[in-house]
This record gives sequence, C-alpha cells and structure tokens, in this order.
Amino acid sequence: MTATTADAPPPELRLPKRRGVELALLVGGVLISVFGYAAVGLAHDGAVPPDVAGYGAGLGTLALLAHVAVRFRAPYADPLLLPIAVLLNGLGLVLIYRLDLETPRDQAAPTQLIWSTLGVALFTAVVVLLRDHRVLQRYAYLSVAAALALMIVPIFFPAVNGAKIWIRIGGLSFQPGEFAKILLAVFFAAYLAANRNALAYTGRTVWKLQLPAGRVLGPIVAIWLLSVGVLVLERDLGTSLLFFGLFVIMLYVATGRTGWIAVGLLLAAVGAFVVGSFEPHVHSRVQDWLDPFASIDAGQGPGQLAQSLFAFAAGGMLGTGLGAGHSILIGFAAKSDFILATAGEELGLSGLTAIFLLYALLVARGYRAGLALRDPFGRLLAIGLASILALQVFVIAGGVMGLIPLTGMAMPFLAQGGSSVVTNWVIVALLIRVSDVSRRPRPEQVETGVIAADVEEDR
Amino acid sequence: MIRYIRRAAAFCLLLLVALLVNAARVQLFQADELDDNPANRRNTITRYDQPRGNILVGDRPVTGNKETGEQLSFERTYLHGPLYAPVTGYASQTYGTTLIENAEDAVLSGTASLLAPLPFWNEFTRGRQPGGDVVTTVRASMQQAAYDGLSGRRGAVAALDPSTGGILALVSTPSYDPERLSGTGSAVTDAWARLNAAKSLPMLNRAIRQTYPPGSTFKIVTAAAALDARVVTDPDAATDTPSPYVLPGTRTTLPNESSGCEEASLADAIRVSCNTVMAHLGVEVGLDGMVEAAERFGFNDTGLRIPSGVARSNFDTGMSDDQLALSSIGQFNTTATPLQMAMVAAAVANGGDLRRPHLVDRVTTNDGDTVRQEGSPSYERAMSPSTAVQLQRMMVDVVENGTGSNAAIDGVKVGGKTGTAQHGVDNSGLPYAWFISWAQAPDAGRPAVAVAVVVEDASADRADISGGGSAAPIARAVMEAALAEEDR
Repeated sequence: MTATTADAPPPELRLPKRRGVELALLVGGVLISVFGYAAVGLAHDGAVPPDVAGYGAGLGTLALLAHVAVRFRAPYADPLLLPIAVLLNGLGLVLIYRLDLETPRDQAAPTQLIWSTLGVALFTAVVVLLRDHRVLQRYAYLSVAAALALMIVPIFFPAVNGAKIWIRIGGLSFQPGEFAKILLAVFFAAYLAANRNALAYTGRTVWKLQLPAGRVLGPIVAIWLLSVGVLVLERDLGTSLLFFGLFVIMLYVATGRTGWIAVGLLLAAVGAFVVGSFEPHVHSRVQDWLDPFASIDAGQGPGQLAQSLFAFAAGGMLGTGLGAGHSILIGFAAKSDFILATAGEELGLSGLTAIFLLYALLVARGYRAGLALRDPFGRLLAIGLASILALQVFVIAGGVMGLIPLTGMAMPFLAQGGSSVVTNWVIVALLIRVSDVSRRPRPEQVETGVIAADVEEDR
Repeated sequence: MIRYIRRAAAFCLLLLVALLVNAARVQLFQADELDDNPANRRNTITRYDQPRGNILVGDRPVTGNKETGEQLSFERTYLHGPLYAPVTGYASQTYGTTLIENAEDAVLSGTASLLAPLPFWNEFTRGRQPGGDVVTTVRASMQQAAYDGLSGRRGAVAALDPSTGGILALVSTPSYDPERLSGTGSAVTDAWARLNAAKSLPMLNRAIRQTYPPGSTFKIVTAAAALDARVVTDPDAATDTPSPYVLPGTRTTLPNESSGCEEASLADAIRVSCNTVMAHLGVEVGLDGMVEAAERFGFNDTGLRIPSGVARSNFDTGMSDDQLALSSIGQFNTTATPLQMAMVAAAVANGGDLRRPHLVDRVTTNDGDTVRQEGSPSYERAMSPSTAVQLQRMMVDVVENGTGSNAAIDGVKVGGKTGTAQHGVDNSGLPYAWFISWAQAPDAGRPAVAVAVVVEDASADRADISGGGSAAPIARAVMEAALAEEDR
C-alpha cells in the first residue's frame, strides 16, 4: 500500500472481502465430501448410505456456522483457509467412515464428527472472541507454562501403545501435547519478536558463525530442551521432531542467522543418531524404514510400513476408488497415523497429490498472511502456525510412505484423533485472525468506532 | 524478515516436492513390484472376491461356490468331489490349483482376456470379468460307470472319443473330495496332511500322472510297427518265431503264458497273447522302427497337455536286442499312462488317425456365450489305414475268441487287448491288470469310444486272464455307457 493510493480509495474495490468466494468454495468442499461419502456406500454396499443427507446437512451446518463467524468478525480473512479446512475435515470423515465399514465393532467416525463439531465451535469462539492476535503476545509466559504442564501431565497416566501422551478421564481420552503446539508457537513468536534484535546482532563470532549472547538465548533453549526432553521421556518422537523443526524455522525467520540452521541441523543429527541407536522403540522404527520387508523375509508376514506401502502401490495413478481398497490390512492405526494410505490406495497418486496441494495451499496462505503483516509477533505467529502444519504433514506423510523413519503423528484434519482435529481448527482460526488483520484496511482508514472497540477489549 | 520468510517458504516447498516425488516413486515406479509381493494379500483377496466360474460336465456344473463371510469371500465347492477330482483338480485358497482348475484358472477367475468385451479391457480397467465356465468333454454316465467299476480299488480309467480326441471319462481311485482343500485354516491343512500321508495316494491322478508297465497291451503297438514296416505282410501267415525263444544275446528263455504260440501267426499271437512271437517281431522291426512307431502313438512325449500336463510314457531309445524284445511285450522299462494306452486303442479304432486328447470342449462367458471352442486337432498318424483295419480285426478277435471275452457286448463291434504286468522285486508287488478296447455300434460310421483300464489287482493271476478278468468288465461298462450316450 503506497501513500498515494491511500488518499482516495473506495475501500470495497481496493480491498475486496471475498466472503462470497469463501462461501462458494465452502459449498464445493461440502459437496465433495458428501459425494465421497455416497461413493463409499455405492462401492462398498451398492447403495448410497441412508444418512447421506443428514451427514451433508451436518457438515454444511458446521461450515455455515464457521463462515458466519468469519463473515462478521473477520471479514477480510483469506477466503481459502476455511474451505480447505472444511474439505480436509470432511474428507477425513469420509475416510474414517470408509474404514469403519471394515471394523464393525470399532466405529470411529461418530466420535470424530463430535470432535470436529467441538473443533468448529472452538474455531468460532476464537474468531469471535479474539479480535486482535496481538493480545496473545501478553500471555507468552502463561502459554509456555501451560504448554509444559500439558506435556508433563500424561507422564502420570499409563502408556498407550508405547507412548505416554494420553490422558484418560472416563471414556474420553485426549493428547494434551497437541494443544501444547499452539501454546509453544505463541511463546516462541512472542519471545522472538521481543528479542530478535538482541538475538541477531549481539554475541560472539566463532569462525564464520555468529553465536548469540547466552543471556538472550538461555531461556528459549532451556524451554526447548525441556519440551524435547519431556517428549523423549514420553516416547512421542513425532511431536518432538515437530517442535524441533518449529523452533529452528522460527528462530531463523526472526534472526536471519544461517548459523542457527547449521547448529540446528547438527543438534538434530546428533540427537537423531543417539536416540536412533540407543532407544529400542525408535531403533526398531529406523530398522523398519531401512528395510520395510525384513519381517516378510523373516517369515512373520508384512509389517505395518510394508502394508502401508502395499496400499499406496495398489492405488497407482488413479486409485481403486473410494470404498474399493484394502488398506484395512494395515490393521492397527489404519484410521489414525496411516489414514493417508487409505487416501493413497483409493484416490491414487492423483488424489494424493490433490490432498498434498490442499495442505500446501493452506501453508502458503499462512505464510502469505505472515508476509503481509506489519507486526513481528503476528508474522512469527503466522509462520509458526503454518510451519506446524507443513512439518506435521511432512513427518507423517513421509513416515507412512517410507521417505523418513515413521514417527507417530496425526495427519492434520484427516486422521482419527480428537485432540488433533480440535487443535488444527484452532490453528486455522488463528490463521484466519492474522490474515484478517493483514488484509484489513489500515486502522486510520477504518471508522474510529472499531478501534475504540479494540482498545476496550484490550483493556 | 521478509527475505527469511521467503526462504522458509521455499523450504516448505522443498518438503512438498520431496513428498510428491516419493509418492510417485511408491505409487508408480515401484507399484508393480509391491503389488506382486507375495506377502501382499490384495491379489488373493481380489481373486476370491467373486464366485469362481464353473466346470461343466455335459450341461451340468460339477463345481460351485459358497460365501464364507470372511476376508476371502468365496470358496470352491464340488458336487461329486471324488468322482470328478481327476478332472477338476482342486482350487484351494491355501494350496493353489491343479488340473483344469489350474490350466483354465484365468477363465475361471475372470482374468482371461478372451472374456473381456474389448481387447485390453481388463488391463485398462484393472478389473476382472465374472468367472467364465469351462465345459468338459466328459460324459457323466461314463465317468460314473468307470468310477463304480473300479469300486475303490487302486486303478484308473481313461476313455476317449477316437474321432475327436475328446476325453469322455477320466477316473482315478481311490479318490478324494477336493472341497476339503478349498478354504483356509486348520481343517484344510489337516486334510492336506492326511491326504498326502495316505498310503493309497488319493491325490495322485493315476489316469494321466502315473505310468505303469503296459504289459501285453503294448503288443498292439508292436503289431502296428511290424505291419507298417512290412515285417509281417500277412497277419494270418505263420511267423518264423523259434521255440523256445531265447532272448537275443542271452541264455534267458522267454516263457509264454498260453499254448499254441509256436510259429503262431500275428493274428493268433494277438488273440492268445503270445510273448515269444511279439518279442521276436519287435527285434525284427529293430530299435529305430519300434521307437518311431511307439512315438507316433505318443510315447516319449513330454509336452502332451489335456490341458494339464500328462506324464511321459516311456519307450527306451537306447536298448540292446534282449531289452528291445522285452520292451516289445510291454516289459523292461516300458511304461505308459492309462491315457496313453487309451490313445493306442483310439488310434486303431479311428483308422490310424490319432486325435489329440483333450478335456475341455469349450469355454463360455458367465452368460453362456462360447468364446473358445476346442476342435478335434490331429495328433499324429499312428499307422497306415490298412494296418489299422487289420489290427481292428485282430482286436475284435481277442474279444470274440480270445482273452478279452469279458468285454463282449451283444451286437456291437468291440475290439480289445488284455494285459498283466508284474512289478516290484521278484514280481512281489501287486500285479497290474490292463484292458484296452474300443467299441463301434453296428450302424455307426465311426467308433464310439476307446477305453483303457488299469487295476492294481491283488487277485490277478499270473496270466492274461486277469486283465480280462478284472479290467475288462469295467471297460465293458464304460463302453456300454458310451453306446447308450450315442443312442440318445
């Protein structure tokens, strides 16, 4: 925005809100999900599922609710974010419903729908209540305290499938570590925004690398080590990897020091080697990755990763069609960590590419919001949240497709897992908020009433 | 800061590219290899996802399918399992397939391209058609007659239509019910272990996979060789066979089981089954001539398929004269499958023109449209027509006046030849009783059937009589069934 254009602008033309585009895309997203749902029924039982109208209406209502919230409280938000989230969530529900058909005694789709509803409710709450993301900057230390608490609590609960990341209360179970992602991103963003100059321009130079002053770096490294340590103790290495990547990316964006990348990669390499060699759980994952078919040669039948690769291969270019694949052969975790294998088998490389591009678009829109924002905290928050999505997709998709060793993690929006869905909806809500701020006309062009309201809330 | 954000974005793009390249690697470039990994259950699941096509005898299926409600949806059933096991084989989810189930598997499981509506349709849609049906040449009444005749004794029957080569009956006993091998699980593995351990070898298809010394039935081949080589020009003229006959180059005397063989004519030698005359004629024809004649009937053929592979019947190609003499009367290391001996009878009955034996008459789609029709392809001219006519007369004589009287059918031209073969150390094993024959209805222009029967018979005497005694009645029952089929 240059000063000349700011002189006499008809604001509606200069900064279209694009809510109509969002609504149209939402209709498309809901329709694609409903068609997918019908296709599953047609392929599997030869009939459209009887509750297809109810399903469509439910998803449509959720989407509409979210859209209304955005229309009234974040009118300038990026029109792509919400439709992509709705489409991915709807697609996830279709895939889980499809796998439920193979496991009549274990129905996951209804629960997932409840969690999705909760996620959209939280999304709406965030969009409605959080008028300006800068408010969060004030709660940096509260965030980090809460994050650490959330990560430590599951240690006192029994391990589930080898990982102590669950809290079970009554019939409900959730992974607090998922929520900690957002809180840590908020903390990193706030701290780095406040100290980035000190981090970037002070400290000693060793060889060509400029190392920052320990005084500034101390707290953040301590927090980071603590979180990673907790995760290693809990054996949730996917999330550990995610935090590590998040930390390095945000530090780099805040300071621009390539030295950070070098140190980060070095730390990652050493950490990966040590953990991979000595921790038996991780060691076996690495062995699986190096030779997914070792268990077949040993006469024990195909392991999970081998089954996953079989599923992807069976999909080929065009896929077998929804409801016509056999990805249930993966067995345990087919609906959660390995959900992408079902997408790969039944939608093929073409469908998988489309899904990857949806994620890429989501991430790109987050980055774009970060670029357009003017405050460092907002920028770092947007980059951080978008990077969480990007890293998560890479870690789990790369894991189930044999690109990197497999670490347990939920595919955002697609995978079964309540905490994950809710967290991702909050992430999208925050991205909507920052994108609204980034595309909103400058405060001086807006009626003073709006600013007054902001100020009031801030107090 | 903007520059760093751009670089971070580029890093994310890099991750995306890595994922896409990796996806293409798994889903396109390594897909075939992964699809064909034996541990990948998908091929198996797809295979049993639809009912398997049926095998028909006449116009009635002898197979079926049942839904299992398990991961492998359909399982093979058999209507008369033990009766047709030597024809159908088994189609097991655990142990694979055999015989027609194996040879026509592509049709039965629906992958055969000839079932598809358009060329490359299956490849393009990556699907399969509903399983097609395989119609066999077998006649139910004849199969049943042969099975009842053997009544559980170890033995086999093969019956051919001499003018087409169609196999009309193929029986091996004791038999087994292939349905017990159809599915998966411990019941199937137990049945498999039990069947394989059984001393009576129920899963051995004796009609095409077991060779026996053919004994005196082989004398028909020797006679054909002698006539075609013009070693004998008049079958009724006395031969210059020395008596007693000493095997060439040895001091061993070859005994006869019957009297009147001294300088007997060829016709008499066939009628009463003289060892000496036929051994002598075989040596006179010579090794090359005998090998050539035997191979024209199908001996030493390793590539015979009906469509399942048939075991090679043996006539040695490098023998001394004494060995040749013994081989000429179906001893030494001469062996033949029952089907091979049925081919010998069929060649004689069909005027020397041997048709290729086959079990599948036609293949139809699931809707019954014929997509492949088996003709009656020629196998080989086994002998000259005049030789065949002379042999026909001699074989009729065997039934009317000789050792094969048990096979006679009133008012029908029946030709036959008996045989008994000793085996084991000092001939201690159960002797094999053989009978080969053919029948032609009086008003018919062509023979109705050629049969070979072999029974591993405990009660067989050391005489040709046993072939006539225990095997000939079975052959007669099969021939009567064939003639009844012709009349219908």
